[in-house]
Amino acid sequence: MWLYEKKLEYPVRVCGPNPRLAKNIITQYGGPDGELAASLRYLTQRYTMPIPQAKGVLTDIGTEELAHMEIVAALVYNLLKDASIEEIKAAGLDGYYADHDKALYFVNAEGVPWTASYIQSKGDPVTDLHEDMAAEEKARSTYEWLINLSDDPDATDVLKFLREREVVHFQRFGETLMLVQEWKEGRKYF
Amino acid sequence: MSDDRKELLRRLMVAEFAAIDLNLYLDTHPRDERALEAYAKANHEVMMARHEYEEKYGPLVNFGHSHSIGKDARTWRWLNEPWPWEVTS
Ligand SMILES: [Fe+2]
Repeated sequence: MWLYEKKLEYPVRVCGPNPRLAKNIITQYGGPDGELAASLRYLTQRYTMPIPQAKGVLTDIGTEELAHMEIVAALVYNLLKDASIEEIKAAGLDGYYADHDKALYFVNAEGVPWTASYIQSKGDPVTDLHEDMAAEEKARSTYEWLINLSDDPDATDVLKFLREREVVHFQRFGETLMLVQEWKEGRKYF
Repeated sequence: MSDDRKELLRRLMVAEFAAIDLNLYLDTHPRDERALEAYAKANHEVMMARHEYEEKYGPLVNFGHSHSIGKDARTWRWLNEPWPWEVTS
């Protein structure tokens, strides 16, 4: 069961319409290292985790990633909301506009739609947790590149918050991996 | 959005963020006394901040977890605007 809390995890503000930046940031909505991929990866891997700490971490980080998906959506929505057709054309977003108007859709920065092949679940908790740690680092890198690309200080502030959360998630997955490895050792002896 | 509403929302965001971060930490450190203590405080602060916001501005959580009927108007306050992605100041 999930509940919806009618607020963002972190406030979103933008300086004005900026379809070019929206086109880049949308990759964290529906791209390979984006928040949809992160959330679905963790929430689907949790079923075959062997210890309570791992089940908890995957459930809770998977849930926080949904909140991040909402933050990214709010960024893209507000960067596109008041953009003119001319600005959309100039930003190279006219192809997206033809298919979606200013609606949110799960694509990467080049318009490629989301696919389940971005994520994996192997059933081996050590393998899955390694994937999760790599995923957090890939997401962190993406936020770094987006911060480099951003010319909107308000959007940059939100991107920095999201980048910091990936660092924390990486840390928690690393600890979870050690706990799973200890559990495996223990099982060998008892 | 009024200044008072923004301030209450900000207070809830701060409290809930502390709770989120401590929750994740406790998932891998379930016996950490200081973190358990800090989480209890964060939980209390979230409850207080949410209650105060909801009394004035309507429900924040769906499916039976918030009061739905206002003092003055018997309407479905869940639909009160703005929605989170419309709050930008
Ligand atoms: Fe993450």
